[in-house]
Amino acid sequence: MTLDRRSFIKLVGSASGLALAGCATQGPAVSAGSAADIMPKGSARRVVVVGGGYGGAIAAKYVRMLDKSIEVVMIERNDHFVSCPFSNLYIGGLIKDLDPLTIRYDKLTANHGVKVLQAEVTAVDPAAKTVVTTKGTLKYDRLIMSPGIDFRLEEMKGYDAAAMDLMPHAWKAGPQTVLLRKQLEAMKDGGTVVMSVPLAPYRCPPGPYERANMISLYLKQHKPKSKLIMLDANPDVSSKGALFKKGWKDNYANIFEYRGAKKVTEVDAKNRSVIIEGIDEVKGDVVNVIPPQRAGRIAVAAGLVGDDKNWCPVNPTTFESAKHKDIHVIGDACIAGAMPKSGYSANSEAKICAQNVVALMNGKPTTDMSGINVCYSYVTADQAISVAAVYTVKDGKIVGVPNSGGVSPIDYSQAKSEAIYAHSWLKNILTEMST
Amino acid sequence: MKMKKSLVSWALVAGCTFSGAAMAAPPTPEMLSYACAGCHGTNGSSAGLSMPSLASQSKSAIVDAMKKFKSGDRPSTVMGRLAKGYSDADFDAMGNFYSKQKFHPTTQMVDAAKAKKGADLEDANCSRCHIDQGKDGKDDTPVMASQWLDYLKMQAELYDSGKRKMPKDMADKWNKLSKEDREALLHFYASQK
Ligand SMILES: Cc1cc2nc3c(=O)[nH]c(=O)nc-3n(C[C@H](O)[C@H](O)[C@H](O)COP(=O)(O)OP(=O)(O)OC[C@H]3O[C@@H](n4cnc5c(N)ncnc54)[C@H](O)[C@@H]3O)c2cc1C
Repeated sequence: MTLDRRSFIKLVGSASGLALAGCATQGPAVSAGSAADIMPKGSARRVVVVGGGYGGAIAAKYVRMLDKSIEVVMIERNDHFVSCPFSNLYIGGLIKDLDPLTIRYDKLTANHGVKVLQAEVTAVDPAAKTVVTTKGTLKYDRLIMSPGIDFRLEEMKGYDAAAMDLMPHAWKAGPQTVLLRKQLEAMKDGGTVVMSVPLAPYRCPPGPYERANMISLYLKQHKPKSKLIMLDANPDVSSKGALFKKGWKDNYANIFEYRGAKKVTEVDAKNRSVIIEGIDEVKGDVVNVIPPQRAGRIAVAAGLVGDDKNWCPVNPTTFESAKHKDIHVIGDACIAGAMPKSGYSANSEAKICAQNVVALMNGKPTTDMSGINVCYSYVTADQAISVAAVYTVKDGKIVGVPNSGGVSPIDYSQAKSEAIYAHSWLKNILTEMST
Repeated sequence: MKMKKSLVSWALVAGCTFSGAAMAAPPTPEMLSYACAGCHGTNGSSAGLSMPSLASQSKSAIVDAMKKFKSGDRPSTVMGRLAKGYSDADFDAMGNFYSKQKFHPTTQMVDAAKAKKGADLEDANCSRCHIDQGKDGKDDTPVMASQWLDYLKMQAELYDSGKRKMPKDMADKWNKLSKEDREALLHFYASQK
């Protein structure tokens, strides 16, 4: 049995062409799971949720809020979760430690009866309706996956685990975030910081540009002779462009340099340099490489990604996978039409999915989706800009409701209020996930 | 052996149908309202100091606020942009949902002396509309009790700067109050639960 299970996992891995080694900086590498059924299913129907981040924690909580007769098991590799939102403020020095960005799950259990299993999910068997974890297997009636992202390292030559320790991505919050901050602190005044941005779509479209603001702020305050160069694979700033550019001109003109259509394809970790399309080499004292991304590798291993081999196509009403029945994919990993890959989107998608999962499990009609995204980006110590939108389904696709939504006024007249609201947004969304 | 078989069936279910999509009903009050909670807290109980709790607000207070955000009558940052994404029927549904949610009591640091002074002022000036110490939302009067002091102060600033328009009845009273009295009222409401 154990052997069978191992060969099954191997097969799944090779069938999807997935490189199983060296993707993550957090948690164990994918390895063979254990075959024993660790949570034998009783008579209650069961939803298993993979991931305890912006999507998963909310999906788990809302399924329980909507139907207490459904057992919910949330599987997360870590015993805590560190928010990417606001991690750029830590890098810039506006937040002194990661505590305000960190949540735990004990109240989800106490308040809602969500069962939390700390384990790595190593395989999914859609036919047998089981997930395999490092601690054993579990059966499910419906599975909700919100595993976030992993990196397309095959498109970033030389960027292995050792290179990540020298040139952090900090695109999953935690030790990588702390490392980038430490490197900035250790850098001499007059040094050069280099950031590389992948082609869209990637997690958090405005995230790299907000990070540029926060690094520039730090340099301006503490190392004013230093420079930050951004090499963006996109032809132009891919989110809130006019607003970001105004922010750079008004605040960081002597520090920050933006270069569009510069696709970094290779790194030289020993030399602390990045290489653009195999030709131009750009060297930095601190280098922040944000690699191209795809759905978290468990979504790839489970055969949930579509023709692009990167992201998971889903039904826009239920977020049920277009590939496998009874499996739903939410958050960064899924293709949610016009909804960006953001924490707010993941939160909204989780609730839409939870409501329709509960409806489907009770033989009730599903409900059309209505979703929201709001993303704040900090520009200076006390100014932020935002993008906001309401989403609906039209002709089978998620679209923004016409004539609604949009970005902050270009004159920054609301930027101080938005900086205040951004803090309350974080507090509320993290409280939602953890209570 | 069992495993091999299930792998085969994986391939077969690829491209399976979207169950239920065609028969989906229009968004329910929950579908519309849960989405707001990312900023306003689960079921409208806000943990963020500058964000109001929506829980237990009267239906007409929610509908009135959303319509004013949509028209620009009430100043906002993201709310105006978001309100444009909804119909009057959606506002009704959200109003229904939030009016049924349990009142959200908060524990916050308020100045006890100010709160006490505010209690007397409230009785004489505000209690006809903001009934039950601001715990009950009558008609389109918002629930004030237990709202975060930061939020109340931000709204008072908007009123005082003329950016947010006050109902005439309220302006008649508010405009006669000193700066200190106004602040005392906010401390009073924040302390009520
Ligand atoms: C620098 C930065 C700034 C950002 N700022 C904002 C912002 O201001 N606002 C905003 O809305 N969004 C922001 N985002 C985007 C936001 O972080 C993501 O969109 C959001 O986290 C997506 O949620 P998710 O549930 O898909 O993934 P995650 O939140 O990453 O959660 C995935 C979870 O699944 C777990 N997991 C994955 N695979 C397995 C497995 N095999 N077994 C067990 N557990 C597993 C992971 O450990 C993780 O906890 C930002 C992102 C970055 C990088």
